[in-house]
Amino acid sequence: MAYRKTVSSLVAAAALLGTSSASFAATDISWWHGMGGRNQEVINQIAEKFNASQDACNLTPLSKGTYEEALNSGIAAFRAGEQPNILQVFDAGAATIINAKGAVVPAEDLIKDAGHDFNREDFIEGVRYFYADSDGKFIGMPFNSSAPIMYINDEAIKKAGVEAPKTWEEFEEIAPKLKEAGYIPLVQSQLTWEFTENFFSRHDLQFATNNNGYDGVKGTRILVNTPEHKMMYSKLKDWNDEGYFGYYGAGWSDNQKPFEENQVAFWIGSSGSFGGLQKSAQMPFSATFLPYWNSVEGAGTNTFIGGAALFAFAGKPKEENDCTASFFQFLTSPEIQFFWHKSTGYVPITKAAYQLAKESGYYEETPQAEVGIEQLMLPGGEWSKGYRMGFYPQIREVMEREYNKIIAGETSVDDAMKTIEEEGNKMLERFAKTAG
Amino acid sequence: MKRVQFSSASLPYLYLLPQLAIIVIFFYWPSVQAIQSSFYLEDPFGFSSTFVGLDNYTDVLESSSYAEIARFTVVFTLLVTFLSLSLALLFAVKADAVLKGSSSYKTLLMWVYAVAPPVAGLMGVMFFDMHIGPFLKFADAVGWDFRIGLDYFDTAFAMVVISVWKQIPYNFIFFLSGLQAIPKSLREAGAIDCRSGFRRFWTITLPLLAPTAFFLLIINMTYALFDTFGIVDVVVKDKAANNPITLVYKVYMDGFRGGDIGGSSAQSVILMAVVFVLTIFQFRFIERRVHYN
Repeated sequence: MAYRKTVSSLVAAAALLGTSSASFAATDISWWHGMGGRNQEVINQIAEKFNASQDACNLTPLSKGTYEEALNSGIAAFRAGEQPNILQVFDAGAATIINAKGAVVPAEDLIKDAGHDFNREDFIEGVRYFYADSDGKFIGMPFNSSAPIMYINDEAIKKAGVEAPKTWEEFEEIAPKLKEAGYIPLVQSQLTWEFTENFFSRHDLQFATNNNGYDGVKGTRILVNTPEHKMMYSKLKDWNDEGYFGYYGAGWSDNQKPFEENQVAFWIGSSGSFGGLQKSAQMPFSATFLPYWNSVEGAGTNTFIGGAALFAFAGKPKEENDCTASFFQFLTSPEIQFFWHKSTGYVPITKAAYQLAKESGYYEETPQAEVGIEQLMLPGGEWSKGYRMGFYPQIREVMEREYNKIIAGETSVDDAMKTIEEEGNKMLERFAKTAG
Repeated sequence: MKRVQFSSASLPYLYLLPQLAIIVIFFYWPSVQAIQSSFYLEDPFGFSSTFVGLDNYTDVLESSSYAEIARFTVVFTLLVTFLSLSLALLFAVKADAVLKGSSSYKTLLMWVYAVAPPVAGLMGVMFFDMHIGPFLKFADAVGWDFRIGLDYFDTAFAMVVISVWKQIPYNFIFFLSGLQAIPKSLREAGAIDCRSGFRRFWTITLPLLAPTAFFLLIINMTYALFDTFGIVDVVVKDKAANNPITLVYKVYMDGFRGGDIGGSSAQSVILMAVVFVLTIFQFRFIERRVHYN
């Protein structure tokens, strides 16, 4: 008897729980992402805010680990017919998902079909093209957007009596003084993103044939083996030899750490690193734009948007797609954008959100937080809109391998760039075959 | 209860079914799929798949980086197998000879086995960390500019040390029980006949340990080839760059991160073939020299 009683009360409790969490007949939608730590907490908060703001839809976010893991879990799930409604895909994976025709519903169509207004002009210039097709139609909804910027150790430049450089030429001049003052002048956290991809955007140089890969996958070639790009890496190698550039491998945090510990003058990081850095840096710091070479003609343009975008998977019922659309609307509202910007350091993606952040006086308190968005809003060039190359995560791996070899002195810059070009083009060809 | 339906000739097969089902579902089926997709070129989402014959294999085998990874895998496997077997044997022989407090020695040598591979990897990574690693102080003292994650050799060194450390307890347990199974009378007789402990070990103990050692040889080789995945992953921290990686890790990188199913399948079929050949070799040539009672 006692046993039966427990069982029945358990069943009753479960039933109660079920009804309370499903909040009546709300449509459930799922969101897989690749963020951890603080950013994951903020994502959960945003989902809670969205669920509280209306009762037609119920959003459940789920972290799948890193960016790469999220993309591949999403792909595996799609192949099994178990795809989530929304998948976060990082910049380097954009070509993979955008070229898979039929895998996703373009964000723009999704929003319009649900009866909302959509205006591309609402978004800031820098985020408009990266996740769009060649006609400018938004395929992915830009979400966490960042730019590679230079963080400045205020103590170090004061001690050395120098100003933060705007160009690499200026950096070369002051580097000896910083070294003399006992600092490593420069570190960075991701060569591929900061010194290759955004080297091309910042200097307005073509990164790939076929209009940076936007015009199709057939015959797209990567253009890393060019004099300007090779010059950048020869300089990095020289600086490393002379003690002006510290390099701690391909891992992000291994390179960030010495800056946090006040051993380094300048660190090239992400505008999204700001939130974490505020807690971990042992000295006062400021930030400025990613330097460029004055000697390269036309340099000084804005950078590609880094970070990731949200993609709505195809094959979902209309009411779920409508929920996804209203979540995208919610996510791009100025209040939520400002909340996300403030909590993580990622840039606001709409003009209205940027305006709100400005008016709130946030940038007067923390001017570093504005650097990322200002850099993205710099005048754009022909080649700073974005790039699209298939199997790009694998091409990045080849770059990481070769760049480490350059710094370790195991290969020359010429050979390394030739290898990247050859192996990269091979992968692009393979991708063209799969997509063709 | 009627017993008729259970006493048929198919009963043993029925009992075998769960085991067979597991093997078929989790081993044969994926293997067949891997072989099949190794002949196709497929986009990551599986929308289009083109038959390309042996293209995936030639692409893999012609790539210089694949050859480099294969070379490292061979060296790594031999080193890890040799070191973890020989050190474990040394420890087992010494621990077996201890009279006082032997169980605490044994426990201390075994506990590492309880550590999960990724945790072992993490502990190792902390030990060798370029900013806070205690090993760096030691390396500094002997003038070794140790740079894990940047220097190929240094990273390989850390991987081997962590993998060996993780595997020693397992081998130790087997060697120890093997040693304890050797009859005392035999050892005593040996001790009367021969004064040299080393020779006694070589002519009496080692041949009697051979079945254990053979078993461990196979286990250790598969460990070094496949189970060190977690350690490799933690040491390279998600960014392989120019660091040494094993063939299995390459399969993972290309297939699960790069989305190149065809190329990655071809690699895993190559690995299957390697393991197949290795197993035949071991059983045909090495096992013949092993004497079971």
